[in-house]
Amino acid sequence: MVMTAAERIPGVEVRHDAPSGPALREVVFDVEDLTVAYGGKSALSGVSLEVYKNFVTAFIGPSGCGKSTFIRCFNRMNDLIPSATVDGTILYHGEDLYGREVDPVEVRRLIGMVFQKPNPFPKSIFDNVAFGPRVLGLKDGLDDRVRHALEQAALWDEVKSRLKESALSLSGGQQQRLCIARALAVEPEVILMDEPASALDPISTTRIEDLMDELKREYTIVIVTHNMQQAARVADMTAFFSVEVDENRDARTGILVEYDVTSKIFTNPSDQRTEDYVTGRFG
Amino acid sequence: MSAAATTLVAAKPRGRVLGAVFMGYLLLSLAIGFALLLWLLVDIAATGLPYIDRALFLNDPSADPAIAGARPAILGTLYIGALLLVFTVPLGVGTAIYLEEYADKERWYNRLLELNIQNLAAVPSIVYGILGLAFLVRGLGLGRVLLAGAMILTLLVLPVVIIASREAIRAVSASIRQGAFALGATKWQVVWRQVLPAAAPGMATGSILALSRAIGETAPLLLVGALTYVAFNPSLLDQFTVLPIQIFQWTSRPQEEFKVLAAAAIIVLLAILLSLNAVAIWVRNRYQKRW
Repeated sequence: MVMTAAERIPGVEVRHDAPSGPALREVVFDVEDLTVAYGGKSALSGVSLEVYKNFVTAFIGPSGCGKSTFIRCFNRMNDLIPSATVDGTILYHGEDLYGREVDPVEVRRLIGMVFQKPNPFPKSIFDNVAFGPRVLGLKDGLDDRVRHALEQAALWDEVKSRLKESALSLSGGQQQRLCIARALAVEPEVILMDEPASALDPISTTRIEDLMDELKREYTIVIVTHNMQQAARVADMTAFFSVEVDENRDARTGILVEYDVTSKIFTNPSDQRTEDYVTGRFG
Repeated sequence: MSAAATTLVAAKPRGRVLGAVFMGYLLLSLAIGFALLLWLLVDIAATGLPYIDRALFLNDPSADPAIAGARPAILGTLYIGALLLVFTVPLGVGTAIYLEEYADKERWYNRLLELNIQNLAAVPSIVYGILGLAFLVRGLGLGRVLLAGAMILTLLVLPVVIIASREAIRAVSASIRQGAFALGATKWQVVWRQVLPAAAPGMATGSILALSRAIGETAPLLLVGALTYVAFNPSLLDQFTVLPIQIFQWTSRPQEEFKVLAAAAIIVLLAILLSLNAVAIWVRNRYQKRW
């Protein structure tokens, strides 16, 4: 049922703006048979897929399908939940992300994250962006680093005259771009975005989407979204997750139904469940 | 169109009488508390204000009310207050951080610890006094000294400071912690650079309010051996007295002049407490206003 993208990719038409097909791209994450449980209850089961460099990879699916749980495995945020257990492997450039010697703090430096609700720190705009570099001891050229991150996040022009003001004085959309800038300031390789635009208005959402298109030249982006149109607009690859209900044990667990280039998922999916979902017959 | 759908006039006065009665009750309870407090304050002020003079602040207590002052007691109260701040804040905040950020709440010993702290906050102060007498004054052999008094008051307010600090830490949004962790911050950096600054106003307010409660305490200090007559400036390892005890001693004297002196001393104590509370409010506003 679950196939890796590479097995499916040959012969599939890719997005016009993708310079090369996924099969030729460098694999950033290689997920193999991943299962996540909270307090023994499995939230996500048997997921295998590959995430490619400089692609936007979207995870879509109904509520409770484990897509947010899944994205939090990539930067080991699930480690912060004592009851969470992760089985299976995630290779990051061939190295086991959950290996014994791996420091989750180092993982999170290389793999940044933007959350569903904008969560600026109750500090100034400057201090928000500077926080990451400061905790990592990157004190040289801090001003330039902050400026560069804000420029990348398309926020510089709006805030350059008030860097000392509270980040909480920004609008919701600006706050989310600030959180993106904050993640960029530590120069990660990957940016994980957990429904980054779900709390924003349509104009702010468009700006975030444009930003993703811009950022994928330099970064690899993984995004969880509730919004199928958003996945169709921004993602190169899309994974559709669903919920499998076990009536006997009253258990619900998320599974990966289909993973493919975005155009295939939305126009010619191989699985009936994907088709039902993307055409709006389910979820 | 039916009449029921268009009329805006209520058919029945649904509980409006009850609402008015309830409002009346609320105002009454407010009035009783407020009136009593006001009466006390006015009475004390009328009696004591004329006697607040240099002698009260500068002189030692004396059998002659005309020259008696409360200098050792005022200084004792200030010393105890300063020591309390030094003892309770690091201990209380430290414990609160451990319990909120580090303790695994599934473990039985952490739950036991929590339960204990909650209960300790409700233990009568006289019990702390007995503890202080048994373990500090006699057990440790400290004697009836200021340090012992400060230590026992520390134990008395520590649970309150811990609980207030935990509330303040808990009020820091989890999204801030996650945001910091996601940037590659270590646990120490998250706690030190995000959680503590955000919780500081709440912790400061809670600590200062607990401190002002301790400064008004009499019972445990009587047991630890604060004296009613001290005619020298306090020091750490010396006998001592504090304002509430001085007030207690003056009011129990038969002469009217001492009762008036007591009223003046009460005003001084109130002024110290109110300034502490004012500092608490100032700290809270200052840090909240910044963001």
